[in-house]
Amino acid sequence: MGNRKVRFGVVVFPGTNCDRDTYHVIQDVAGEEVVYLWHGERDLKGSRVVVLPGGFSYGDYLRSGAIARFSPIMEAVREFAEEGGLVLGICNGFQILLEAGLLPGAMLRNRGLRFICRFEDLVVENDETPFTLLYQRGERIRMPIAHIDGNYFAEPRALAELEGRRGVVFRYLKNPNGSLNDIAGIINPRGNVMGLMPHPERASEAELGSTDGLRMFLSAARYVRES
Amino acid sequence: MKAKIEVFLKPEVLDPQGETIKRALHTLGYETVKEVRQGKVFYIDLEDENPEKVIEEIARKVLSNPVIEDFRWEIEK
Repeated sequence: MGNRKVRFGVVVFPGTNCDRDTYHVIQDVAGEEVVYLWHGERDLKGSRVVVLPGGFSYGDYLRSGAIARFSPIMEAVREFAEEGGLVLGICNGFQILLEAGLLPGAMLRNRGLRFICRFEDLVVENDETPFTLLYQRGERIRMPIAHIDGNYFAEPRALAELEGRRGVVFRYLKNPNGSLNDIAGIINPRGNVMGLMPHPERASEAELGSTDGLRMFLSAARYVRES
Repeated sequence: MKAKIEVFLKPEVLDPQGETIKRALHTLGYETVKEVRQGKVFYIDLEDENPEKVIEEIARKVLSNPVIEDFRWEIEK
């Protein structure tokens, strides 16, 4: 594969609003290839990494991510994940992965009931995932959050299982939303499906205050190139 | 026929909205209120030979998230 570009697919649902930022960062900052994937399609167009970006898919009606998970594209994403393909869910994308059962747990309304939009300090808990190869375990990074339903919940047994297998990838340094165990991002047991509430695409250029998110896209691209 | 489906958080799941409503009620002087839990109600109109099965399935697969919510339903004939 050498230095060939890795193709990312950015899924667009009605109400998604971080698709263009994500596309821009992957193409113009990370320097990889990227295509949009419309929710009504079933074709991943040869994507090696599928990104479910942030936003308010289907207006967040019923529950955040609850309607999006029944989209035709999600059938393809599920099959892709079952085959070991890399899937990254950011914010609303994380909520969709939870609703789809591709990651364990659920999101509750933030403890303070407010929509929180600000930078948060995070700790990298697991640097052995395809999305965090270029981070160091224990490293502190800064990325913005922007959500009202980011209060992660899992029943005690599921939470213990998650912690036991090092499924927590990012934790908040100062818990902003009531999330159990300060959880900001998690990965599935196979290690190919990750979701996080912070926005790496909003922290990928110095002009925006942090470049800590860029390595997530670079990590995934490197992982695909080397596999 | 019409069906009514209620979806509510499991007892062990914290309900920040219910808590906030309870505090507001206490502020208004309703100090006898011990707990408030907020839920959702769906009214569905359907024509089906086996409505019980369909309603149960809709409630389980779509209207509730089994990780955090329970549901109950009734059919008004």
